[in-house]
Amino acid sequence: MGIAIYLLTFAVLLVGLYAIVAKKNIVKIIVGVLILDYAVNMLLVLIGYRRGGGAPILSRGQAPGELARTAVDPLPQAMVLTSIVIGLGLTALMVALALRLYDKYHTFDMKEIRKLRG
Amino acid sequence: MMTQGMSLIVKNTAKLVTGFIAVFGIYIAMTGHLSPGGGFAGGVILAAAAVLVILAFGRRGAKGLITDAQCHAWDGAGALAFAVVALCGYFSGQFFVNFIPRGKVHDLASGGMIPLANLAILVKVGAGLAGAFLALAAFRRLGMGKVA
Amino acid sequence: MQGIVPLLVVLPLVVAFGIVILVQVRVLRGLPVILACFAMLANLIVSLCLLGVQVDPIFVGGWGPAKTLGIQLTCDGMAKLMLVTINLVAFASVLFATSYIRRFTKPWLFYSLFLLMTGAMNAVVLAGDLFNLFVFLEVAAIASYALVAFGCESEELEASFKYLVLGSVGSVFILMGVAILYSLTGHLNMAMVHEALRALREAGPVGPAVLLAAAALIAGLALKAAMVPFHAWLPDAHPSAPAPISAMLSGVLIKASGVYALARIVFSVLGAQSEYAVILISLGAASMVIGALLSIGQWDFKRLLAYSSISQVGYVVLAIGVAAHVVSGPEPNRAAAGLCLFGGLFHLFNHAAFKSLLFLSSGSIEQQSGTRMLKEMGGLTRRMPVTSFCCRIGAMSIAGVPPFNGFFSKLIIVVALAMAGYVWLSALAVAVAVVTLLIFVKVQRYVLEGEPGPKVAAAREAPAMMCVGLVILAVVCVASGLAMVFLREQLFDPASSALLDTAKTITMGATP
Repeated sequence: MGIAIYLLTFAVLLVGLYAIVAKKNIVKIIVGVLILDYAVNMLLVLIGYRRGGGAPILSRGQAPGELARTAVDPLPQAMVLTSIVIGLGLTALMVALALRLYDKYHTFDMKEIRKLRG
Repeated sequence: MMTQGMSLIVKNTAKLVTGFIAVFGIYIAMTGHLSPGGGFAGGVILAAAAVLVILAFGRRGAKGLITDAQCHAWDGAGALAFAVVALCGYFSGQFFVNFIPRGKVHDLASGGMIPLANLAILVKVGAGLAGAFLALAAFRRLGMGKVA
Repeated sequence: MQGIVPLLVVLPLVVAFGIVILVQVRVLRGLPVILACFAMLANLIVSLCLLGVQVDPIFVGGWGPAKTLGIQLTCDGMAKLMLVTINLVAFASVLFATSYIRRFTKPWLFYSLFLLMTGAMNAVVLAGDLFNLFVFLEVAAIASYALVAFGCESEELEASFKYLVLGSVGSVFILMGVAILYSLTGHLNMAMVHEALRALREAGPVGPAVLLAAAALIAGLALKAAMVPFHAWLPDAHPSAPAPISAMLSGVLIKASGVYALARIVFSVLGAQSEYAVILISLGAASMVIGALLSIGQWDFKRLLAYSSISQVGYVVLAIGVAAHVVSGPEPNRAAAGLCLFGGLFHLFNHAAFKSLLFLSSGSIEQQSGTRMLKEMGGLTRRMPVTSFCCRIGAMSIAGVPPFNGFFSKLIIVVALAMAGYVWLSALAVAVAVVTLLIFVKVQRYVLEGEPGPKVAAAREAPAMMCVGLVILAVVCVASGLAMVFLREQLFDPASSALLDTAKTITMGATP
């Protein structure tokens, strides 16, 4: 089980890269960027996993030392929260750009949106 | 269609439900130091309530409640409140240090300055996402374009 | 003095959001400009005052060195050099922008995004741990994507979309590298990761995980720095942006988020190993040559400047790579490595000054005459005296004409490469310098001399604030060439010793 999960996150990362590189529709490229982002978020969450550990929330009557011994690592979860927020901001910007590009070029096809050359 | 809103059933349901969604978002932000959630999750839920109002009543219909200027103002105010909380750390010596006495564990007032930071982030994220949706909703209905 | 260092980051952010609120009140419409200029001036003054002061590592939130989870701000010599560079170029650009931005409908939005980008870049160079570096790298990048698309013309939107997609691929690789390093060592703080990686290296042969993390980090950061296999976004993004943003992007963003982060990670986190040094050398050499060759055939002024940015940043990365290679060998020659780093960092500072000067002058020419094509310009020395004088200073600096600063920094790089034993690379650097000289002679002949074309016949001098921004950067170009020895003591020697003697600088204060 150990290495297969990590290989799965790399597979999702490759799917995201394929969507960015091979697809011509802008919306599909946006979805590819999102998939890429979430693949790295999954990798971060998996890194903090501890076998048999519980959620890192202090419940009533539990001692902090015991929580530190048995819970999964909360630091990658904090990193993932930040990364999700960054991905949200990026998504909003990408969608706004795609809508404005449609206004100017009247198509979502990347092959037509090619005024810059050289 | 985007500007006129949806049918009567949707409008009445939205009128009933929006308040509860907003309160739920504020609850998640306030207890961020005790259970999962925090400022960002609460802000997203608050913005979801605003999005529901915009979708149900249309952009023109919701203009009394949610305007562009209000979203900008609350956005900036939330960010400034977070900066003020961080700068108040100078009262205890350094930047961003906790300056509120910590209470007992599991209490609502036990997080120091973290609940204040959570509320600032709630305001900022809620206003920011609602403003972003409002700005995107300004485009007219688009066709499909060419797909690949 | 130490407590004021976080304010370098907080002040631009507070003013940025303050502008968003103030604009909603109709009476205060003229305030954002003044606030933005004062914020940048205050930043510049604080970063100049910090130059001689010894700043201990600052642990945000009071989480001291015993707890290794906190965010750390380090203001060592390298950070001080980058702070001065960033704030200087930002101040000149914002002065230029006060009259350039009047053509857009929402100038307050420009100032707000500009301040966000500058505050985030300050935080990138002050970062003492990996994740803080990544977060502020992203903030600066997102602000720059929005700023490139500011004019909302079709070319700007297309360039911004391409820049956005490639930039986010780079960021994803950086985060992957940080994640793998965290899983190997259990720390995010740069000093502690360095210690842990050194312990891993001494315990046995380095495993593939460190190499994967290093490859991901270097690939992502090389994309941010527009090194040659990853440069495809730069020739579209930099010309399409408004002129002050082109100056900021080409002058400081690819350096603060690309080259600085590469140098910091290779020297202070991964440790200068010969594998990473060889990668940096090949990236730098390829960028140097290909950037210069691609800019020969350009007739669009800003696109030519963008391609030559790739080439000049290639010089800096080549010098840093050679320094890393010298340090990682069996008998490290610290004098040669120090000279390489001095040349590279001096060229970084100089390139920020003269490239932003050239981009600002191209913006001034574009505003007054309405064109960016070299063949349509001409004879501007008579019509726009201040702009053309500053443009000539910038062109001579980048071409490497004495006594301007470009000559000294390129000479030091060439001599240092030869001293370190890489004679072929040294000859390549000289050849690329000759090509750059030819390109900018062509620029000067078409832009400044000759007969004015029909479009530029009616051009007059640019407004006063734009000329003030140009003159500040021109003065820096001239002065940093003449005051090279003084600058070496104050700025560049602390910076290179901060990179080479890593053990003494990003210290935690407690051995792990």
